[in-house]
Amino acid sequence: MLARTASYLYWIGRYMERAEFTARLIEATVRLDALSARPAGEGAWASALSVAAASHDFERTGETITPSNVANFLTFSKDNPNSIHNCLYTARMNARAVRTALTREGWEAINRAWLGIEGRSAVGSAQATINLLEALIAENRGFEGALHRMLRQESFYFLMLGENIERADNTARLIDVKYHIILPEGEEVGGLVDRDQWGTILQTVSANTAFRWLYRDGLSPRRVVEMLILRRELPRSIAATVEEVVELLTELGRLTGFQGEADRMARLRLRRIDATNIGGIIGDGLHEYLQAFIEENRLLSQAITKQFRFD
Amino acid sequence: MADRIFDEIWGHSRGRTPRPGFESIARWIRETPKKELQRRQDSAEAAFRQLGITFNVYGDEEEAERIIPFDIVPRVFTANEWETLSEGLAQRVTALNMFLEDVYGDRKILADGIVPTDLVLGNPGFTPVVNGHRPPHGVYAHICGIDMVRTGPDEFLVLEDNARTPSGVSYMLENREAMLRLCPELFEIFEVEPVDRYPDALREMMQSVAPEGASSEPCCVLLTPGHFNSAFYEHSFLADNVGIELVEAADLVVDDDIVWMRTIEGRKRVDVIYRRIDDDFLDPLVFRPDSMLGVPGLMAAYFAGNVTLINAPGGGISDDKAIYSYMPEIVKYYSGEDAKLPNVETWRCREADALQYTLDNLADLVVKKVDGSGGYGMLVGPTSTSEEIEEFRAALKDNPDGYIAQPTLALSTVPTLTDKGTRGRHVDFRPFCLSDGDKVTTVPGGLTRVALREGSLVVNSSQGGGTKDSLVLRPDSEQPELPD
Repeated sequence: MLARTASYLYWIGRYMERAEFTARLIEATVRLDALSARPAGEGAWASALSVAAASHDFERTGETITPSNVANFLTFSKDNPNSIHNCLYTARMNARAVRTALTREGWEAINRAWLGIEGRSAVGSAQATINLLEALIAENRGFEGALHRMLRQESFYFLMLGENIERADNTARLIDVKYHIILPEGEEVGGLVDRDQWGTILQTVSANTAFRWLYRDGLSPRRVVEMLILRRELPRSIAATVEEVVELLTELGRLTGFQGEADRMARLRLRRIDATNIGGIIGDGLHEYLQAFIEENRLLSQAITKQFRFD
Repeated sequence: MADRIFDEIWGHSRGRTPRPGFESIARWIRETPKKELQRRQDSAEAAFRQLGITFNVYGDEEEAERIIPFDIVPRVFTANEWETLSEGLAQRVTALNMFLEDVYGDRKILADGIVPTDLVLGNPGFTPVVNGHRPPHGVYAHICGIDMVRTGPDEFLVLEDNARTPSGVSYMLENREAMLRLCPELFEIFEVEPVDRYPDALREMMQSVAPEGASSEPCCVLLTPGHFNSAFYEHSFLADNVGIELVEAADLVVDDDIVWMRTIEGRKRVDVIYRRIDDDFLDPLVFRPDSMLGVPGLMAAYFAGNVTLINAPGGGISDDKAIYSYMPEIVKYYSGEDAKLPNVETWRCREADALQYTLDNLADLVVKKVDGSGGYGMLVGPTSTSEEIEEFRAALKDNPDGYIAQPTLALSTVPTLTDKGTRGRHVDFRPFCLSDGDKVTTVPGGLTRVALREGSLVVNSSQGGGTKDSLVLRPDSEQPELPD
């Protein structure tokens, strides 16, 4: 396979995942802000910007943090490299260029997701926002469905690799920001439960019911964090993506006949997370742990780029 | 003139009685309700849009992706007509390749005074840099699209030779797919030659012209300028169907005069490149230095004999309409036979008499730029305003060498679906010829373009033309014709 094709597929996987995550993040924030008994207000939207790593770019627009300003910025803004609009645009351009490596269904799903957002410029009311985001999320589900019908060949593995590297990053940032906000200075871990905020987190990774299945007792920060980092049963958990990346790289190694630095890094990461428990993570500092993970994930993505000669 | 227009199905009977052999298709056209034809046509176009069988209109600011209108009524060639055509095409394309080999080699045809030397050496399509270099197997024009028109039962005329990077073959294949799906009964009425051999024929041709020393399974690729190009759909369609990699310039690298492509497993050597990039953009070290589309060092690899370029650089000179006008002489010179496919009568405005004739008859003639294409830079006398005619008069006087003139032809028509039912609309035809140095193969079929507006002669897709499927009947499916 051409290195460029592999690279485009990897980035289609990343951008489609990023678009969906951002849509879920906005949706969860809208619910938190509008539907909660105690409106979360500006703090919730500031934290959404922070999770999407868009605080700096938003500041430069000079706009104030209001629900519609932030939702529009995260959804449509061309100045925000990670807006849903820009993610879908890039994913579609890449898909057009490598359409022979995608299935027809895969291409059509991306094309439809793009057509759903192209030419629109404001999300409108909270209800309209939720409708739009739900439609986008549904298209993304269609894309994932198409993806899983692909032959288990290089194309599939590169798409999935991009998806999982992106997912690991998003989940780590989500926990980091939310945990930071929820746990004010001096508070003890597990001492304060802001049910709305934790609800938002679970909503963002669509894990409300999953939590009830895994933990029969009440919501606590420690358990939510444990689930999102360590429980492999949850496909968006860090441990699940870490394991998935190892498997995808192994399959690629089997097909292409070689393994490299990326494989070693990914396996090492898996061994470490296997040997970790939530007590240790929180004891050593959750924020530090997540920051280190995000950096490691970035380096792994770089190693993948190098190993498969993306540039 | 209207009375003399030949219809491919009705002949000169103006819709009363079909030509011999065309009774069944005439009945099909008559008996299939217009609404049903319309429904099928809409369904084909919807499928084209969904698949993204699109092209971009040149000069369109927006990145508008449009589909080419598709007409559901096919054009039909009898086996005899096709045999005559394909023999004539083989003769012409063979001569064209010999001509190109000669003008970049010994230049005998110039020395013998058959074609004026200055017309060749001073031509913008002439590429001095390939002088003296014989391409692998001596083939320049591996893929030719020969534009033809018809003016009567036995009058097929060549309008233009396209030996650079002719496009449209994906429409030949997709139109047939649509027809098989939407009008299966037609293929029960007729035994039709399949066109889906084309991708295999293309692959075989590409492999057979690999440079000496390439492995027994030469690595062939299709080089596209990228997905912004108007014909990108065709590029990806062909690569997919032929089973070769679709590469952009950045995927290729030249090292020690060898072309490699960058794959995830490292470099892989490339032997044959079907390039859909014009000469000017192929290699910034040799042609336009500002080009971002090309591969630095590609021409050096070509000159070293390490890679075959399809079509070979320099072949574009045969697309020039002034050279075209000499094709009958060129065919005669190399084959010793008269051209089986005549040219349209052509006045070369560089010649004083022809210029005078052209200036005197502008209102009746079609005037074309010798290096124009796509229906641009063209005057259709009978349908032009007097201002347009005067504009061309001035341009002609200013640069007579830049123009040729041809009579306004009574192009044949084919019944075409309109708001008022089927009506005759003018068509042309582009078959696709493959040359491997030993033989010329023309897959039975091609692209029929149709001018959708009543009376219009302009069939170019960029100017509102549409396409039709072109059916070639199998020899055994016809009644034998009476001897003359």
